[in-house]
Amino acid sequence: MTLTKAELADLLFEKVGLNKREAKDMVEAFFEEIRNALERGEGVKLSGFGNFQLRDKPQRPGRNPKTGEEIPITARRVVTFHASQKLKAEVEQSYDGKQS
Amino acid sequence: MTKSELIARLAMRFPQLVAKDADFAVKEILDAMTEALAHGDRIEIRGFGSFALNYRPPRMGRNPKSGDKVSVPEKYVPHFKAGKELRERVDLGLLASLSA
Repeated sequence: MTLTKAELADLLFEKVGLNKREAKDMVEAFFEEIRNALERGEGVKLSGFGNFQLRDKPQRPGRNPKTGEEIPITARRVVTFHASQKLKAEVEQSYDGKQS
Repeated sequence: MTKSELIARLAMRFPQLVAKDADFAVKEILDAMTEALAHGDRIEIRGFGSFALNYRPPRMGRNPKSGDKVSVPEKYVPHFKAGKELRERVDLGLLASLSA
């Protein structure tokens, strides 16, 4: 099973009592606000879940693996996610290792 | 950006809802995401990214205080991979900050 925006919207409809339109828009807005913050260069801390952090990587030498030609990998900013202790503990305690 | 700032931003986006709805919605979304990972399910949010579990095999570790050997059992840890849109927007954020 995979959790997607559609299931999250269903949940907001059922549990929060938003109408279908609002539920869909709320889920979209939730992820859009996180993207906006990260785009502004701001980390995002969701207590109990985890932190999204930004790392600036300097340019480094790279290689085209097919041709062996040297091409620099440009400086870039990347997102990393660090799960909270609570999320890590929930995963360790309840996931019994069987693939779903 | 913290969870309460995220809730405040969402509440502003949905003036027709009571402020408590945004609060409740954020908690429901994060609870559902935590529960999915705890069950070993993946989370796939197009344009944002995906969350999955990574396997860590059992290993011999050491108690850093006493130096005693301890066996660390296998476990699963949450892992986030940023989606294309998020990657691109965050990277453009870096370029914007460099040219500012």
